[in-house]
Amino acid sequence: MKQLKTVRLLQNKISFLLDVNASKKLTIISIIALLVFFLSASFGDSFINPLKVMQTIILQGSDFDQLIIVDFRLPRIFIAAFAGMALAVAGAVLQGLIKNPLASPDIIGISAGGGAAVVGFLAIFSDSNHSLTVSIEWLPLAGFIGATLVALIVYLFAWKDGVTPTRLVLIGIGVSAFMQAITTMLMIIGPIYQASEANKWITGSVKSADWNQVQIIVPIIIILLLLTVFIIRQLNVQELGDDTALSLGQTVQKTRFFLLLLSASLVACAISFAGAIGFVGLMAPHIARRIVGPTFGVLIPTSAAIGALLVMVADIIGRTAFSPLEVPAGVFTAAIGAPYFIYLLLRNPRK
Amino acid sequence: MTKTLETKSLTLNYGDANIIENLNLSIPMNEITVLIGANGCGKSTLLRSIARLLKPKQGTVLLDGQDVFKLSTKQVAKKLAILPQSPVAPEGLTVLQLVKQGRYPHQSWRKQWTEEDEEIVLNALKATGVDHLRDKPVDELSGGQRQRAWIAMTLAQDTDIILLDEPTTYLDLTHQIEILDLLFELNKQNRTIVMVLHDINLACRYADHIITVRDRGVYQQGKPEEIMTTALVKHVFDLECQMTHDPIYGTPLCIPFSKGRSIS
Repeated sequence: MKQLKTVRLLQNKISFLLDVNASKKLTIISIIALLVFFLSASFGDSFINPLKVMQTIILQGSDFDQLIIVDFRLPRIFIAAFAGMALAVAGAVLQGLIKNPLASPDIIGISAGGGAAVVGFLAIFSDSNHSLTVSIEWLPLAGFIGATLVALIVYLFAWKDGVTPTRLVLIGIGVSAFMQAITTMLMIIGPIYQASEANKWITGSVKSADWNQVQIIVPIIIILLLLTVFIIRQLNVQELGDDTALSLGQTVQKTRFFLLLLSASLVACAISFAGAIGFVGLMAPHIARRIVGPTFGVLIPTSAAIGALLVMVADIIGRTAFSPLEVPAGVFTAAIGAPYFIYLLLRNPRK
Repeated sequence: MTKTLETKSLTLNYGDANIIENLNLSIPMNEITVLIGANGCGKSTLLRSIARLLKPKQGTVLLDGQDVFKLSTKQVAKKLAILPQSPVAPEGLTVLQLVKQGRYPHQSWRKQWTEEDEEIVLNALKATGVDHLRDKPVDELSGGQRQRAWIAMTLAQDTDIILLDEPTTYLDLTHQIEILDLLFELNKQNRTIVMVLHDINLACRYADHIITVRDRGVYQQGKPEEIMTTALVKHVFDLECQMTHDPIYGTPLCIPFSKGRSIS
């Protein structure tokens, strides 16, 4: 049974209804995510004792540990965690606004747009010797622009006296397929180097993360995640359907545009450095829904924690399972998320 | 208190076809008004447009003399609520979580559960008899309970006017009566109820005012006992029938001429 607790703070200036049970579950998941975050720094080519890791992070370790943990491992864990959170929250927002369980950044073309832009970038800026004429540092920017641009294109095409969720999904699928076609074509006619570089990005990998990237992307993702506090009410209402949302006094189209913009920005940030990690945006919100229920107040933070967990664990597996060979994290997000999700579906027979 | 709700030269279209043409209509306050008409006559379309869910091709809807399409949608939401036909709640959403959404137009992101919210939501749960179900997921309720939960949500919106688009669809007779009795009670508490119903006899039982929709406009309107005649049913529904009186309550009763058994 649900246990709802009234919370009123600062002489009733802030008030809300807290789902005690869901909040407990959220706390537990967040703690697990934090633990995995720190444990994650232990794994790699060589295993480093977690205590030693803590000591190195907080105080100071040997130069060697410092190098491995602080310079190599921490940045990629940061990128993995934040990309996971961003993708999961983007997916939760998208599922709320489209009201379709299949909605995800992968389906409506945002990720595919990023992919096409990255491959296009590699094709345009390669010279006859198949080496890049500009720094590869610009590649994330290409991914970012591609993702946002495609989100806008999908929105514009879907507009017809307003945007309906169904049109958004259908146009999204169409645009997504088109973007994938461009990507595949460029990869086939392009040089091998380009194809492998592009493939790495499309699968999603946090291998090349460094502190520079962390400094750029983590603050932006944090700001975007904080913005979601303001849209929780809108999402709750929008999920009741357009007619009900309108009846309740929501400016449905304006809200929908901002929700989509927020979702697209989160995805664009996440995939710019981590690549188009699949599955997280689709599954993390579903898993969260099964655990804490459908109201967005708890659903959004829970999705974030699960998204972070998925990508961090996928990355741990990616860099240890076939060591010394590294497998991109994107390969494993589905592999670990899907069985758990199917378990949740089986355990709870409601459709 | 809301004083008037009327349409001014309202024309509604679907593609090229006009569904309602140049309609001037005034909804009586503090009464139960029921819109009836044949399938596809535009009664639901009209109801939706009155609730500003559908933009008119021409003309407008005035709420206390103000254009509902120009007022902020939130302002309208404080005076008028509409329950769409067969709404669907997200999976797992509990009754309380649903009913609470009715407070949306009165809230801000900081204040999502004030004492006033709590009081009104609890009253809405009690009035509709779903208080004991408050922690149950809406999608696990029976059809009648689910509809009562949705009505509770519109009640929580705390408006003078409630519009309902076929609130009894898909319900068995017991639950149809239960919903209509509930709306009847709500009307007694100074709420204006406007709804679309399919059943002529139930419309005659519960409506203070019936509006019959036909040929892109209103054919006739008035008290059921004054307007509901054999000729009207023939014209509006294209149905041969005899109008008589309900043997218990005296309200108009429509007996369709049809095949089927006869034992008298």
